[in-house]
Parts: sequence; structure tokens; C-alpha cells
Amino acid sequence: MNRPGACDDCLRRAWLVAGLADRIEAGLGSARREARELLALEDGRLAEAVAAGDAERILETARAADTAAAREAVERTGLWATCRHDAVYPGRLRDARDAPAVLFGRGSEGLLRELSEEPAVVTIVGTRRPSAHARDLAESLGARLARAGAVIVSGMAHGIDSASHEGALSAAGRTVAVLGGGAEIPSPRGQARVYRRIANEGLIVSELPPGTAPRRWTFPARNRIMAALGRMTVVVEARSRSGSLITAAIAQDLGRDVGAVPGRVGDPGAEGTNELLRAGAHVVRGPEDVLDALLGAGAGRATIASSRGGSSLEPELAAVLAAVSTGSASCDEVARTCELGPPAAASALVRLELAGLVRSDSAGRYRLPA
Amino acid sequence: MIAVARTFSLVGVEAEPVYVEADVGRGLPAFTIVGLPDTSVRESRERVRSALLNSGFSFPMQRITANLAPAHLKKAGPGFDLAIAAALLASSGQIDVHVLDRYALAGELALDGTIRPVPGALAMAEATRSLGLQGIAVASQDAGEARLVDGLEVVAIEHVSRLTDLAAGSLASVPREATPDLCGPSQDDAPDLEDLRGQPTLRRALEIAAAGGHSMLLTGPPGAGKTLAARRLPSLLPPLERGEALEVLRIAGACRGAGNGILPVGRPFRAPHHSASARALIGGGSPPRPGEVTRAHRGVLFLDELGEFRRDSLEALRQPLERGSVTLARAGGVVSMPCSFMLVAASNPCPCGHGRDSGRCECNPAFAARYASKLSGALADRIDVQIQVDRPSAAALSGDPGEPSRRVRDRVRQARERQESRLGPGRCNSATEGPELRRTGCFDEGAGAALELGHAQLGLSGRGWDRVLGVARTIADLGGEAQVTGLHVSEALNLRRRGGP
Repeated sequence: MNRPGACDDCLRRAWLVAGLADRIEAGLGSARREARELLALEDGRLAEAVAAGDAERILETARAADTAAAREAVERTGLWATCRHDAVYPGRLRDARDAPAVLFGRGSEGLLRELSEEPAVVTIVGTRRPSAHARDLAESLGARLARAGAVIVSGMAHGIDSASHEGALSAAGRTVAVLGGGAEIPSPRGQARVYRRIANEGLIVSELPPGTAPRRWTFPARNRIMAALGRMTVVVEARSRSGSLITAAIAQDLGRDVGAVPGRVGDPGAEGTNELLRAGAHVVRGPEDVLDALLGAGAGRATIASSRGGSSLEPELAAVLAAVSTGSASCDEVARTCELGPPAAASALVRLELAGLVRSDSAGRYRLPA
Repeated sequence: MIAVARTFSLVGVEAEPVYVEADVGRGLPAFTIVGLPDTSVRESRERVRSALLNSGFSFPMQRITANLAPAHLKKAGPGFDLAIAAALLASSGQIDVHVLDRYALAGELALDGTIRPVPGALAMAEATRSLGLQGIAVASQDAGEARLVDGLEVVAIEHVSRLTDLAAGSLASVPREATPDLCGPSQDDAPDLEDLRGQPTLRRALEIAAAGGHSMLLTGPPGAGKTLAARRLPSLLPPLERGEALEVLRIAGACRGAGNGILPVGRPFRAPHHSASARALIGGGSPPRPGEVTRAHRGVLFLDELGEFRRDSLEALRQPLERGSVTLARAGGVVSMPCSFMLVAASNPCPCGHGRDSGRCECNPAFAARYASKLSGALADRIDVQIQVDRPSAAALSGDPGEPSRRVRDRVRQARERQESRLGPGRCNSATEGPELRRTGCFDEGAGAALELGHAQLGLSGRGWDRVLGVARTIADLGGEAQVTGLHVSEALNLRRRGGP
């Protein structure tokens, strides 16, 4: 297997973008141009666009940049780099016209290769301030999709993003975080714990060379990478002007599937997702709907069922699980349906709950996880 | 001449000896009572004067001083009347003074000289015995209660004129059966569990709670049967033993007086209203009086509508619940009262009763959150068995009556015997700390693994962990099993409410 690698030209481009980061930030304010638009420009036009007077000098410096020193900086920070011309560069990323020249990253190189081949790569995004319900839902979506074999891509932001990463990690599944700053440090800092776990068990990537601090524009910019990596983008909860909607729009542009979790009508917190649904996004009620959209109708339930390891359960637990799967049930109802004594039913329900196969709510009723 | 009579003042549920010194001497006619008397004691002067004059005694027209010693103890109530009258009579030479050294006296006087009962006759009789006196003279209504004390002569005295007979030794003492029967209201008179139809999980939880003495929290919509179930808990508990019955009777006597002397068999059931103050629950006042927790000693304290109780009232319950006794420190001193009771609390899931997950809840979120915090606070963490109760189905309501209390009580008794053989007499799993449970409880590997998982997934606190251990041990005791397995632990985890979304 080849190790990830990057050619000199692509590295120079990456450092050029990083060098222009502050000017891009300023240019977005005055020229009102989208970061994506700028990033799609080739070197000369990009420098022209954001640094009209200085363009020549900047380009000159970039051309003369010492790529050996750049490679050394990458190694020193424990990262690797892969460029468009490399075999392990994620295939789906090439679909984007404005795809980054280089991806810097750390974590599992195996997972980097699998990103190109795996049919079920799901990007989960949403608000940084979710309702408790939406946060639970994102976590369980991450966990159950990962358990069914999907790769979960997200942006490690507070809220929905980190919840879906945590879900995937709790299921010992595969997850990829795309950062808005250099890949060697967690951004936002508050997610350092999740960052460490993903670095050990998953994959962390960024288009920005090590040492680059996140700017305002780098977050919508990394959204295009998330949208391109996933075969489907699911928005769990978003307000009407949420950044997640940018990710969904880019995914749509790239011809990817877009799904949204329905929210309560009139709830401002779910206005964005409901708007997506009205515009024709897939309705996502659970992992089954995501897998159905990706793998064909009916695939979802089958995949989920096999990932539950239904066959490995004791017959009594399997019967209790079946009794719960038709909707929510109290301990008494389960005991009656399965013809078990209350002690046996209670004990079976708790064992299933401990295994993560059922959940209980505050009214003492058990149901399948969301 | 000075005469000293012995009587008692109730402090909590104990009787403290009080010496009544009477001095009848030269001076302008006056009658003074000193020694921290409250108004009801000071009014004793008028009762004593009238009673003596109406009973054929003379009231000395001299300077009379009655001193109630010890002087630092506050005295309240009319129970000192009889002793004051007797001391006064002895001091003025109308009765033989030596009778006061043989008998303690407790009773309230009517104006015609009739003697009325006082609260706490049993406690006073016990205190008389420990003072080493020959006997106690009480109103005839109090005699039944006082005679329960072994090795003590009890004299029933209906009228103050009979003090002459008492001094002469011609007043017969109340005959005492060797061992009075426990014959008060038994569990069979209490509401029976067969009225609870359907609801197998709730029945099972009641049985487990009764077997291990575990406190309970029942949460559910109105009409689910929470109160019905709680009121049937005493009928599942083993009958009181003689020693326990005496404790219960002593407390009941100290609270209301005029106990009929019948030792109860059934356990007390106390259900204070949710407007109860902390003082009403744990006791207080001057002199301190027992609160609801003490009156529920050896029985059940039922708090209906837990979420409606005042927060400070609930917080005050924590120490009594853990220690089995309540200690009140007041300016006048420290009083300790027993209160080992089973707490049963019932609550709606939220103020409107539907529950926040039902989709029908109409509560103001801030109000509902405050309500929920009372159910999940520090008190709730000390409650071992926490279950949700659903409304029973129509089929269950019209179906057969459930298993009667008698049969459940048999299983509870066997489970308690197993606990006593392991932990020692009178002890049960709920009153056993975590380390001892782990040492004596025989938890197998499966139990350990289930607990670890429960800790990780359900967010158990350290105390919650110990509580689950105790309940799992009780479940194994009910099944007659020596080892606690993963199955027992997982059933115990189901009896522990988890924080809802």
C-alpha cells in the first residue's frame, strides 16, 4: 500500500491559500464573494482577487516556496498529506470543482482509502445548539449507522456534529472529522476530547496546512469537503440561516442525496430542516431511511437487523425485543405479550437497555432507540 | 413542712422525672408555682384549689409555694396537677407524706376532683421503674397502658379523694397479665392487596420493598393506583414484635394520650398532607414533640404528591431517613427520637399529571422543571425502589382480585428471616451500608458485570450503586437464592428510575 503523499505543486497551492487566509477573510467582507468561489480560482486569479496590488509578489514567493520545508512541517506535526494526484486522495472529493489541492490529516490511513470505496458514507450536520431530542437523535443516528457499517462524516462542531461523532465512536464505528483549522489541533478547542478519540480511532482531515488557525471563512469552506465526501448529507436540526444548509446546498450541487430529520411545524429551531423537506429532501426518521436512500428500498431494515446481531440473542431477549419493536411498551405490557413473569420481563428489558438495543423514557416505557 | 412528689414531663417521646416540692408556710395566703411553668401549668393553681375544696379536703389559707425541679426544664401541660395536689396535701398534713416516696403520680384534675388521663403514660411508667419506685398512680384510662411495664405496681385513681386510700395502702393495684397479648388492629384489618388488580410490576415492586424494608417512589398519572398501592403496604409487612409494639404504643401515647393499653400488631401508617412543615414532619416545639417521622416509627410514612411538598420539608427528611432517628438540637438541649420507617412517596410525573413524554403535557416548562427537580433531588437518590405506574387496563380492573396480602406476607417474612440470619436480628438489606453488603451479599460475576454496565450506561451515582446492590440482594432473598446474579441486578436496575429526556 502506498502511503499518502502530495506533489510539490499541490503543496505550494495549499500554502498559498493559507498565506492568503487573512486577505480572503477581509475580501469576503468587502467584495462579498463566497469563499468557495474564491477557492475554485486558479492561483493567479485567486491572488488577483484578494490581493490586487501585491498579487505578483505573492505568487513569486509561493512559486519559490521550499516544499521540503513544507513536508518537514507536516511530518513534525504528526500529520500526513495527500494531493489530488495521489491514489489515496478520496475519489468523491474530485467531483467538486473547488476541491482542495491537498488534504492534511491524521488517524487511520486505512479509513482514508476506504472513503473512496465505501458506498455508505454519510455526512451528518446540524445546529451547534440542538434541542436535547435532536442531540440524542444525532448520537443514535451516528451510532446505528456506524454499527450498520456506514462511515460517519461530520465537522466536530459543538452540538449535532460532535454528537454524531460520539455516536459512531460509541458503536466502535468509522468516523471522519473535517476541521476548519489545521488538522493537528482540535477546533473548536472545547471538543478536544472527541478530537483525541477520533484521532485514535477514526480520521481527522483539513485542507489547511498545519499551523493555520481557523477563520470565519474556513468553516463554510470545509463544509464543501464534508458535502463532497459523503454520498448523502443528513441535516438533523437547523434554523433557517444555518451553516448546515450550506452543506446541504453544496451536496445538492454535487448531485448527492440530501436528507433532513423532520421537526415540529413552527419550531424555529427546525425551520431549516423543514424547509429542506419541502424542497424535496429525503425524510430521515432513522438510520433505516438513510440506508434505504443509499442502498435501495428495504436495504435499511435488513442491514440494521443484521447489525443488531438478532440471532446471537437469547430467545427470551429476542422475544422481548420483538415485543418492544412494535412501539413503546411498559414492563407490564411486555410481560403480558411475552408471557413472562414481571421479574423476568424487567430483567430482560434492562439487559437489552444495557446492550443499547432498547431505551427507556421518563414515563418508564421502553422503545427502540430513535 | 416540705413534701416532694414525683411526676414526669414528656420530652420528645421520653418521660423526664420532675420533682414537685410543696411548701405550706406562714404568710399572706398565696399560691405560687415556680420552675419554668408555662401557662397551662400556672393555671393548675385554680384546678388544684377547686378540686381539693370539692373533694372534702381543706385548702390551707397560708403561703403555698410549689417548685417544679429541675428548674431548667420547661414544663407544659396539665399533667402536673395530681402531683401538685398530692404534695400540697402531704405538706399540709392531710395525707401521709411517705406515700410520695413510693408512688409517682401523673394526672390532670377536673374541678370536681376527677382525675383525667395524660399523654405518655407508658413512657412515664417505664421512667418510674428506672427511678426504682414501687409504683405509679394514673387515671384509670391510663392504667391499661401503664401496666404493660413489667415489675411495676400500677394504681388507677379516679378521684383526688382516693389519695387518702393510696396513702393508707387500701387502693388495689391494677392486675397485670403475665404477658399481655398483642391484640390491637392487625394487618388483616388493614386494606388488602387483593384490591390491586393487574399491575404485576407494581405488585412485584411492593413485595420487594416490603421484603427488604426499601423506601419507594411511585410515579404515574392520576388514577394509576399509587395511593391504593401505598395504603396496602403495611399489610405486607410482618407483624410487630412485642418490643416494637411497645415502642409504637409509647410514641402513640406520647402524642395523643389515653392509649387503651392494647398493643398494636399492625404497623403504623402515616400520611401527612403535602402542606406539612419541616417541623410537623420531623418534630419540634418546646418542649419538643414527635413529628410524623416518629409517629411512623416501625411502619410506613406515605408522602402523597411528593412534588407538592415544600422543598425544606423534604430536605429535612434526609437525616431521619438515613439514621433511623431524628435529633433535634434546641436551646433547651438535644432531643433524640426514634424514627425507623419505610418511606413511600407518590407523585405525578409533572404538575398536570400527564408526563412530559406523553405529548399531552400542558405544564409551564419552568414550573415542570422545578417540580421534577423535587423528584430527582437528594431525597430521591436515597429512595431504593423507584417505579413508574401506568393506569391499569380495563380488562385488569374487571378481572379477578389479585393475590391477597396474607400470601405475599408469607414470602416477605421468609425473605426477612434470610436477611436476619445473614445480617443479625432485626436488620434488613435497606439498612445495610454498601461495604457490608458487598462483603456478605455473595454477588457473582454476572452481578458485577451488570452493575458496571448500569453504572456506565444509566449514570448511577455512588449511592445509587449501593442502593441497587441492596435491592438486588433482596430480590435474591425473595427467591431463596444464596447468590446474587446478573438477573437479580438487572431487575433491581429496572426499579431505579432513570433521568428522562
